[in-house]
Amino acid sequence: MSAPILWIVTPFAAGVLILFLLREKYSAWAGGTLSAILALIALIFPIDTAMLLGSISIKISPSIQFFGRSFEFSIADGPLLAIIYGLAALWFFGTEASGTANRFVSLGLMIVSLLTASIAVEPFLFAALLLEIAAMLVIPLLVPPYQKPGRGVVRFLIYQTLAMPFILFSGWMLAGVEASPGDLGTTTQAGAMLGLGFAFLLAVFPLYNWIPMLMEEASPYASGFLLWVLPTFTVIFALGFLDRYAWLRTTPQLASAIQFAGVFMVASGGIFASLQRHIGRMLGYATIAETGLLILIMGVRSSEIVNLTFLILIPRGLALAVWALALSIIKRSAYSLRFSEVQGMARSYPIAVGAIILSHLSMTGFPLLAGFPARLAIWQELAGQSLSTSIWVFIGMSGLLVAATRTLAVFVMVEKEKKWGLNESWVQMSMLGLGMIGLFILGMFPQILQPFLADLPLLFNRIGQ
Amino acid sequence: MALDIVSWLAVGLILATSTTILITRDWRISLGSLAVQYIAVFWLTSRHLPFVMGSVKLIAGWMVVAALGMTRLGLTSMDKEEEDTFWPRGQWFRIILMLIVTLVTVGATPRVEAAIPGLGFPVIAGGLLLVGAGVVHLGVTSELLRVALGLLTMLAGFEIIYAAVESSILVTGFLAVTNLGLGIVGSYLLIAGSTPLESEEEL
Repeated sequence: MSAPILWIVTPFAAGVLILFLLREKYSAWAGGTLSAILALIALIFPIDTAMLLGSISIKISPSIQFFGRSFEFSIADGPLLAIIYGLAALWFFGTEASGTANRFVSLGLMIVSLLTASIAVEPFLFAALLLEIAAMLVIPLLVPPYQKPGRGVVRFLIYQTLAMPFILFSGWMLAGVEASPGDLGTTTQAGAMLGLGFAFLLAVFPLYNWIPMLMEEASPYASGFLLWVLPTFTVIFALGFLDRYAWLRTTPQLASAIQFAGVFMVASGGIFASLQRHIGRMLGYATIAETGLLILIMGVRSSEIVNLTFLILIPRGLALAVWALALSIIKRSAYSLRFSEVQGMARSYPIAVGAIILSHLSMTGFPLLAGFPARLAIWQELAGQSLSTSIWVFIGMSGLLVAATRTLAVFVMVEKEKKWGLNESWVQMSMLGLGMIGLFILGMFPQILQPFLADLPLLFNRIGQ
Repeated sequence: MALDIVSWLAVGLILATSTTILITRDWRISLGSLAVQYIAVFWLTSRHLPFVMGSVKLIAGWMVVAALGMTRLGLTSMDKEEEDTFWPRGQWFRIILMLIVTLVTVGATPRVEAAIPGLGFPVIAGGLLLVGAGVVHLGVTSELLRVALGLLTMLAGFEIIYAAVESSILVTGFLAVTNLGLGIVGSYLLIAGSTPLESEEEL
């Protein structure tokens, strides 16, 4: 068995089979179980290393050839695959509770497998094409057949499509820059094209206007999945660029530009979140602020860039899954996520409301929650480098905290006579309960992530130097 | 020499078809122009790619046109709908936009040739014209079919230039899948909302 067949072809084929053969009722369990098994295999069996299971020798070969190019995983990819498929399992198990299992699991599996292929493809810049194909597969998730597509979806499609040519062409130009590093003109052009490509992909200010729009017009669970999966793989793709091209890491102007883009996203995301009257849009702005943090880290002069990035990405996956699941439960009852519609729901949906508040607080970096250790580490790095950057990040995080407080105030704003009740189903309560416990565990015992994080810097071993 | 003349004719065809797509309000003429445009794209990509790989772009392009055309043909309700109300909608405005794109292309082509020698003027001019026309199209419309046409036009222009620097079969295949995907997604978005809800469970 080769690694690309196991982690790319198998989930893709399973997605196709689930779409055509399996009933909606069982798809969540099938997709979730498959993803969990793939995560466990990635964790237990090292790639390209022979292992003895009793009398049987097992070895997962690292690569396959496809149309003259190779798809290749290294031994260091194991923890990354475990994280990706572990978090994907969480999302797929949650589909039944969210009531969005229809096509979610099958398309989700195909999307995750295509994005996993983007990590493995050589030359790595071809990943831009796989990201684009995955983005197109997201569209049926966001727009059910009975719903007219809104502007957010259309803008999402346009921006993702515009990103691909910029990335592909800049990749070709970067090869020229490597050959003649003194050519300032080519270097500037390549840097500008690469920057534009990633600005579209990561929805850098002002290109993030589709995110809040999408959160209003599409299912919160599908939108949340999109906001988890695409930025995660795009950030890994961006780290690949930083790792391979030394001048990207060492040019001070470029580092400043990356930092500026990140800080602007954190500050604007936080401030705009605090001004919203729609809890779906708040999630959108919170993800924008967090993507800003990821971009900011890439611009920081530190040997801990990879560790910090993954220290954010793992809790982000959990917090977003819990938040999106809780929102979709609330939306099924309230039909709209505006403040006026969800007012007082803390008494009728206490678990879902608790999950929303805890996830929101986790993304603000509230102590004891999953986002806190990562924020603490980032503050530590930023404090030593730039006071103004630290202040702007603080403003952004404060904005998110204000948004969480306003949300909580609206949820508990109710007449005294209204009785408490548990309207969530047992599946919803267990999924949200487990998620909330996970948020506390990751916040209080971040060292449990160490087995995953320990080997990840090997994937980008030149960044840390 | 003869090949160069045909290449310049292909550039002329690209200018004519992309302008037609931009200014016409009739979807049949737009899709017909897109189909003709793919012939020019095929010719210009074939200057740097083998004939078979160039023909992949032509076939994929025509498949996209067929998918969009079949979908639009079935949506009779859209004929009665008003077009989007973005204010600069006049034909002259769009013609002026295309004129600007043409002028930028004329100015930029020699510079690109100097930066990347060996591409050939017709290839660069054709590619830049399509990219410019596609971006302009995306800028002046929010109608779904037109957005799909704009994206396909922009992508076709990029493919012409990128074919000159990257001849990998995998990339050609992925770009064909991307084109087909855009056609299918465009068709899906066009029909989304036009079918009634089947059961309460789908809510």
